Amino acid sequence: MSNYLGNYSLYIALVASVYLIFKSYFDANSENKYLNKNFILITSIQTIMITVSFFSLVAAFVTSDFSNETVFNNSHTLKPLFYKVSGTWGNHEGSLLLWLLVLSIFLLIFLLNSRSQDTKYKLLTILFQQIIISGFLVFILLTSNPFKMLYPIPTEGLGLNPILQDPALAIHPPILYLGYVGTSIIFSASLASMISGNIGDKWARHIKKWVLVSWVFLTIGILLGSIWAYYELGWGGFWFWDPVENVSLMPWFCLTALLHTVIVLQKRNSFKEWTIILSITTFSLSMSGTFLVRSGILNSIHTFANDPSRGLYILSFLFILILMSILIFFFNQNKISNTAKENFILSKETAILVNNWFMMFFLSVVLVGTIYPIFLEVLNGSKISVGPPFYHNLLIPFLIPFLIFMSFGPSLKWIKDKLKKFNYNILIIFLVSLLISYVILTKTENSFLLSIPLIVLSIYLLLVTTKDFFVSKSSISQKISHFGFSLLITSILLNGLFSNEFNSNMKVGDERIFNDKFVKLKEVNVKDVDNYKSLKASFEVTNKNSSFTLYPEVRIYQQPLTITSEADIKTTLFSDNFLVFNILKDDGYYNVRYQYKPLMIWIWISTIFIGFGGLLSVIRKNEQKY
Amino acid sequence: MSKNIKFLGLLLTLIIIFIILLKGLNVSKDYSNEKLKSKIDFSLNAKKLFSNEIINISDLFDKNSPSVVNIWASWCAPCREEHQFLMKLKDMNINIIGINYKDSPKNAKNFLSSLGNPYSEVITDNDGTKSIEFGAIGVPETFIISGKTNEIIKKYIGPLTSENLIEIKNLLEKNA
Repeated sequence: MSNYLGNYSLYIALVASVYLIFKSYFDANSENKYLNKNFILITSIQTIMITVSFFSLVAAFVTSDFSNETVFNNSHTLKPLFYKVSGTWGNHEGSLLLWLLVLSIFLLIFLLNSRSQDTKYKLLTILFQQIIISGFLVFILLTSNPFKMLYPIPTEGLGLNPILQDPALAIHPPILYLGYVGTSIIFSASLASMISGNIGDKWARHIKKWVLVSWVFLTIGILLGSIWAYYELGWGGFWFWDPVENVSLMPWFCLTALLHTVIVLQKRNSFKEWTIILSITTFSLSMSGTFLVRSGILNSIHTFANDPSRGLYILSFLFILILMSILIFFFNQNKISNTAKENFILSKETAILVNNWFMMFFLSVVLVGTIYPIFLEVLNGSKISVGPPFYHNLLIPFLIPFLIFMSFGPSLKWIKDKLKKFNYNILIIFLVSLLISYVILTKTENSFLLSIPLIVLSIYLLLVTTKDFFVSKSSISQKISHFGFSLLITSILLNGLFSNEFNSNMKVGDERIFNDKFVKLKEVNVKDVDNYKSLKASFEVTNKNSSFTLYPEVRIYQQPLTITSEADIKTTLFSDNFLVFNILKDDGYYNVRYQYKPLMIWIWISTIFIGFGGLLSVIRKNEQKY
Repeated sequence: MSKNIKFLGLLLTLIIIFIILLKGLNVSKDYSNEKLKSKIDFSLNAKKLFSNEIINISDLFDKNSPSVVNIWASWCAPCREEHQFLMKLKDMNINIIGINYKDSPKNAKNFLSSLGNPYSEVITDNDGTKSIEFGAIGVPETFIISGKTNEIIKKYIGPLTSENLIEIKNLLEKNA
């Protein structure tokens, strides 16, 4: 039943989409003063239809309706309810349906929120957004229909993968999609404003909210993915430069650049073309992400089962959209009124331009690292894999000028700033950060040359952004985000410098010394649980003035015989202590791996700061003042 | 540069990218049986993990009997789970060649000294290219390769299970 309901709702939504495309196209060419009421009505109907379709899939998952092929492939009656629901978007078909749902909801919100805008501009935004929506609808109906029926109806589903049953992974895709899809509104709106010729400070104020919202969701989505990798994969890393991770990072760089540029457009009415180019690029990158992940063209741990026809469809659709936007850009370029004013070297405009250069550089490095292996394989058949060293070598040296710029760029004034008289505060802060860095660096025997300027500068930036809370006139949301960013860089650097681990074979009663800690294996409890045998160890970690116990576990499943290790992580404000053990042979020895990772939690907290700054800027009405 | 040239240049670039990606889609990632018959390039050189000596890959293989090749890394959790089965294979007197994938030599040696070394020889693969030559898409993967014809007889993606052990033993005997 829910299969039919879901399926036919999608067809109705497609009809609505086609109608809206034609209607908005013809209306945009006539000189109507007001937006026809039908637009909002039909968009609402479309959104409701897609919502119905989505929830009928959710219902099929919740009731374990195995007549539905998607449910059969990805669910199981024994799954907890929470994971049955999250299983809806944990697969290719369902995740596309979620994309579509968010697309249509965002368009509706956009229409309800932009009543004061020009009619032609709104019509054109509807047109472009509906082209995207219909593209996704056709894609779903042709190649990835989530409502395919199975007969005879199986009694049990196939999916019960414990790795995918994780709360962070369950909410990570929807949040990330909100970010991706938000960029589609920016894309449609910037094309529309290009044609209707209303790019300017007023438009910038209106689109800035969408940029901020997408950016906040993208930031939090990336954070959740990283948290999942850290806790579930359990190898102590939080970023692996996996292609699928990179694909979410690329639109983030672009969107961060756009976020800053749109402020220039709003305040100074310049950088118009650049804003449009960034809007188009951001959305193209989000779409390419979908293409790269969903087509199976990438070799990655995340790779899903691939189907060439799907890849072909997304690729063609993507290129049609890009081509369309380039055509529109070139043929409407003359409509952009040239209001560019004289730019002085020492001004906020220049600082933001420099920020953009850096973002574009980071973006190109990640783009090349992700795409180059595909190109090389096609062109001369050789297969290479680009690993972390590539990214580290290319990105880390450029962090140094970036950190320097970030320490003074944001406090420059608009239009023209003067070189101030020598500022003693800055000198004192710099000396303090030199001192702190010296103390830190003497504690490590790391000989990496760049780590000295990096640590000094990141601590300097941290102090400067902290100082800005008290003296700077810039907005509070900017202060929070910039402070979060400097905290993030500092935590990542210190984490990288001071992380260490030890590896040893121990039996019950053994004690090992690791740095200044004693690690003692007190006991191993063997217990039969449901379908596995559990060995729970307790390790006592004693330090000069504190002690705590860690309980890692080994699980032995019988049918089929698999052994899994569950790490135990003790998180404090200063460090994570990570312990995992394994069975060796039957001589009573266990292999123990103990990792010390300082400031781990600050990587998450600082990212939350970054996102929170953005969120604050969306909510606060009087932000315009600054 | 005039607007038209810019536009045409951009258009041309886009078309080239489109064609390349289109071709990329058709590069087979299919590991069906026919594909498995593909030969391993034995002319590659590789560095040994323990002695740092550079050797030719063909020297590792016994010309008269099939060999087992296992791709692993110390940072890979499933490799740790699979390790006990590799040790069992070693106890069954089966030669295993290890390819250490994108790993630091220190961690790799730690891993083997603490869990036992099932490999007759381990070669390093710092940048992942050797594993890709074998057609690996991740770690761990296990291959059975004929020494006579350099062909891949069987490939296991993901960690080995206890059922695989018997299968491997039978395959080795059949192809010996």
